[in-house]
Amino acid sequence: MQADAIFFWLFSGVLILSALAVILARNPVHSVLFLILAFVNAAGLFLLMGAEFLGLILIVVYVGAVAVLFLFVVMLLDVDFAQLKQGFVQYLPIGALIALGVAFELGYVAVGWTRSPNAAAAAAPAGTLSNTVALGRVLYTQYFYFFQAAGLILLTAMIGAIVLTLRHKEGVKRQNIAEQVARTPATAVELRKVSSRAGI
Amino acid sequence: MVIGLAHYVTLAAILFTIGVAGIILNHKNIIVILMSIELILLSVNINLVAFSTHSGDLTGQVFALFILTVAAAEAAIGLAILVAYYRNRGSIAVEDINALKG
Repeated sequence: MQADAIFFWLFSGVLILSALAVILARNPVHSVLFLILAFVNAAGLFLLMGAEFLGLILIVVYVGAVAVLFLFVVMLLDVDFAQLKQGFVQYLPIGALIALGVAFELGYVAVGWTRSPNAAAAAAPAGTLSNTVALGRVLYTQYFYFFQAAGLILLTAMIGAIVLTLRHKEGVKRQNIAEQVARTPATAVELRKVSSRAGI
Repeated sequence: MVIGLAHYVTLAAILFTIGVAGIILNHKNIIVILMSIELILLSVNINLVAFSTHSGDLTGQVFALFILTVAAAEAAIGLAILVAYYRNRGSIAVEDINALKG
């Protein structure tokens, strides 16, 4: 057995087991940790397929940002998760039924597809270009507007998350920069005539 | 045994099924539902990258990158809504999110 086959079975096996653990774990913190394991194994699969840039981006973005965000929120909210787990067994049959239906349909598609004779022939192989360079050449030319739109989506998400969660507490002293900058000697300094041996 | 496209497509199908089952089984816990959606998006990404490598066309990887972007934005917004909702109502049970029910 070649090395890539061994790694494929290793990564995909751990990926499926950790995905199952994500949906079956009692404690959501364990779910998030298994989600991280699943993402790392998917990154390994991406590397195996030759998509090095996406594999490393998966680790940086998902494991570094999204999964940690999930972890923060799970630990931030003081929720009785055992109570949320009720009804799990009750919904097991219908869940299994729908999952089997989806699995059957996906299996049908996965086995039965053929390549259209009209499909474009495979593009020229990247040659000596690395995956990152080749991806950048496509992304920054052919898909430039899509790339800009992706940036706008991220900006919207950032502003939306800040607007949703930022709250101003009453009674906290804050710096008012406009007021500070608008101070002039005329408004800030007051001249008093102080007579001797008498206070102000 | 040579690992081909069919292996990756089958793996993505299994992962997608696990994600769908997770949404149904954990229908009370919105955090696990969000995690199941992440699993589904991951399976779609595996599909796109597998077809991209198989046909030697980088378009699939470009769109996998866009899906990654949208998934990150979705997770951020969803968790922000969750935190704001918990602050207002003190609960994140899906059954309690019925203020808009007619």
